[in-house]
Amino acid sequence: MTTAEDHILRMRSITKTFPGVKALSDVTLQVRRGEIHGICGENGAGKSTLMKVLSGVYPDSSFDGDITFDGEQVRFGSISDSEDRGIVIIHQELALVPHLSIAENIFLGNEQGAGGLVDWHRTNAAAAELLAEVGLDENPVTPVGRLGVGKQQLVEIAKALSKNVKLLILDEPTAALNDDDSEHLLGLIRNLRETGVTCIIISHKLGEIASISDAVTVIRDGTTIETMRTDEEPDQQALTARIIHGMVGREMGSMYPDRDVEIGEEVFRLIDWHVGHPEQRDRTVVDGASLHVRAGEVVGIAGLMGAGRTELAMSVFGRSYGRDISGTVEMHGKPVTIRGVSDAIDHGIAYVSEDRKTYGLNLIDDIRRNISAASLTKLATAGWVNANEEIAVAQEYRGSLNIKAPSVLSTVGQLSGGNQQKVVLSKWLYTEPELLILDEPTRGVDVGAKQEIYTIINRLAADGKAILVISSELPEVLGVCDRVYALSSGRITGEMAAADATQEGLMELMTKETD
Amino acid sequence: MAGTSNILELLTRNLRQSGIYIAFVFIVLLFTALTGGTLLSPGNLTNLVLQYSYILILAIGMVMIIVAGHIDLSVGSVVALTGAVAAVVTISNGLPWWLGVVAALATGALVGVWQGFWVAVVGIPAFIVSLAGMLIFRGLTYLTLDNVSLSPFPSEYQFIAGGFFNGLLGGPGYDVFTLVLAAAAALAFAYKEWRARSRKIQYRQPVEALWLFVLKVLAVGAVLMAFAWQLANSRGMPFVLLILAALVLIYAFVTQQTVFGRHIYAMGGNLQAAKLSGVKTKRVNFLLFVNMGVLAAVAGIVYSSRMNGAQPGAGEMFELDAIAAAFIGGAAVTGGVGRVQGAIVGGLIMAVMSNGMQIMGIDQSTQSVVRGVVLVLAVAFDVWSKKRAGTAS
Repeated sequence: MTTAEDHILRMRSITKTFPGVKALSDVTLQVRRGEIHGICGENGAGKSTLMKVLSGVYPDSSFDGDITFDGEQVRFGSISDSEDRGIVIIHQELALVPHLSIAENIFLGNEQGAGGLVDWHRTNAAAAELLAEVGLDENPVTPVGRLGVGKQQLVEIAKALSKNVKLLILDEPTAALNDDDSEHLLGLIRNLRETGVTCIIISHKLGEIASISDAVTVIRDGTTIETMRTDEEPDQQALTARIIHGMVGREMGSMYPDRDVEIGEEVFRLIDWHVGHPEQRDRTVVDGASLHVRAGEVVGIAGLMGAGRTELAMSVFGRSYGRDISGTVEMHGKPVTIRGVSDAIDHGIAYVSEDRKTYGLNLIDDIRRNISAASLTKLATAGWVNANEEIAVAQEYRGSLNIKAPSVLSTVGQLSGGNQQKVVLSKWLYTEPELLILDEPTRGVDVGAKQEIYTIINRLAADGKAILVISSELPEVLGVCDRVYALSSGRITGEMAAADATQEGLMELMTKETD
Repeated sequence: MAGTSNILELLTRNLRQSGIYIAFVFIVLLFTALTGGTLLSPGNLTNLVLQYSYILILAIGMVMIIVAGHIDLSVGSVVALTGAVAAVVTISNGLPWWLGVVAALATGALVGVWQGFWVAVVGIPAFIVSLAGMLIFRGLTYLTLDNVSLSPFPSEYQFIAGGFFNGLLGGPGYDVFTLVLAAAAALAFAYKEWRARSRKIQYRQPVEALWLFVLKVLAVGAVLMAFAWQLANSRGMPFVLLILAALVLIYAFVTQQTVFGRHIYAMGGNLQAAKLSGVKTKRVNFLLFVNMGVLAAVAGIVYSSRMNGAQPGAGEMFELDAIAAAFIGGAAVTGGVGRVQGAIVGGLIMAVMSNGMQIMGIDQSTQSVVRGVVLVLAVAFDVWSKKRAGTAS
């Protein structure tokens, strides 16, 4: 049996460490020639890191383990090394230049011509052939920006084909596509298999993975859990269940401190909330979400990447995301109008972003000024900031949240992730919010600081704050929250008390394909 | 426990801030030596103040614009336009001098409203808006003046840039009033520094050793008094120096101690984070440009007063001197970093270099090359020290 196996790719004992974090630990991945191989795992499980190792984004010297491709051991120093071998990766965020034509994009970096001159006839003719191959009926001179996401995805694939691809890696290819486009894309991937191209497909849509793949590898916490052949498990439901079990089957430790809080009156309610995509007019990112949070209650929103979690939160927080927003926000049972961020802050809403470096902190400034940034008016008389009071406030939060820094005048950019997160938390706590939205509060934070952050959440709940936690880490959601909403493709697909919920049950709701 | 830091630590900890003062002292010493002491003579020091005051006024507004992450290329044209308006009001129409001042300031504010609208409300990059402004306001200057120069201004108007307070308190051959003012300023500086130091101790922040602190205050006091002594031995206290001093104090305060000032730094440091912290970024941007317009008008008044007339070609290249002053003074190209005090010292470095080279009889073309090289080196130093500090990019 083993002799018949022809593996195009073997990754053995891959271990990759970032400062302070072991992202991959002894991962093994074997892909047979000409198959479609699915990779599943929670956010942060290590899928993307593994693919970056494979495609040479992380050079050979930066990880341990070895890669055999097409029968030869390979060492990639950069992406172009892996592309020369026929490995092409298509990222979720498409890497196309919108103002250039389809043909120009396909041959970007691989221009058709000689002596530094581009042969446009050859370029466009070759592009037209590739477009026919992927079933895209467009003129090659059309600017890519005029195409929808689905068609852009096909251009990416045509680009991959132009490089004589042997192994095509697709990262969440259907996350941004509607059903028709997804169907077309999956059909195309099947056709590619017929022509001998091997595909690795990373997706959160488990139904899709189960139906298209020949084999599925599940990754969790940076290690391979198992690789299953789909023909061994003909029942799709059973297969999906097995994948889910592999994705979440982790022991729940005593990470999560107990909380004993009397839950009070309703503080926040969102009714029939719709948010449109800021650029793509026909796309709805949040579709009729309704939810509520009470005083002293910690409510989770569980959703995978692309489900619309952050978009939901940011659209509520002063319309910081999206267009054509509709729906009602109620605070203490009364509808409120929120036109901008300062309105939201005035109404007692605070939002701690998942991406603290981009949205949360001024990294070149000190702790003190980052903490006061959202409440300067509170510190000021007639526009004059009371600098003594400001330092006192910062000292207080440094003490109560245990921010480890030489002084409150230390530059925030030099702190560790956990301490940066505590600075952002301090900033929002100082606005004295009634509703605190925490978006991935423990992302990029080490284990010790995670536990501290959970303790802070408990303390806030005990103070009667309403807390909304957005997370894709299921143990975190279940460990920290009283009640959980599942979000999938912009819709709330379920609500349950955390005590009754299981990781499997939640994952099923989070991967539910709505139509 | 709050530690005291030694001199080396003090200098290296914030090389970016202290480096500029060291460079300034070095350049002053260099040109004093090269000019055989003429640079620091009473007559030349007075001249230096009069000749570069308007650039320094522009630099104050410019550093704020740069900290917020913008640039303003139009200020030279605005200097010309506001001077022209003042000239038309007072010279062509014979109205009182103060009406000319008010008209110029109002014009500057209007210019700011125009540019602020395009930058803040419409969202066009300031580089483009002010490049257009550079053309528009230069053209308007020609139209306002009908292509001719106007002069002379009423004597009160001339006093703004050319007037001196001398002999108010008498003095045997030197002006006592100037010395009294300088002494008061030195005392105020000492008091402010002492308060800041004791506050830092109270909040357990590291401070420099006491002897170092005393040395610093004495050094600044000595420089101030020496400077005043030279002025007192020339024509006394220039009125324009008082205007400049007041502006520096006001804007140092506004940028460091007020909500508005903090919002500028927050926006320059991380625009997204500032927005999500409730900073009304449009409003701040708009006000910044209005402020720049008004400061450009002040510079326009001072310049036209000094020239005792308005010329259509006035103020050309002033924007570059003001921008250079801000960058030499430690402002970061990426925004978020920079101080009014730094921009003033940066402007003074440019002023001392130009003035020194003029005294030495070096021709314009060589001066231009030297100034350009210094600008590049100053920003290179900034980039280099940022890399060295290893702060997040």
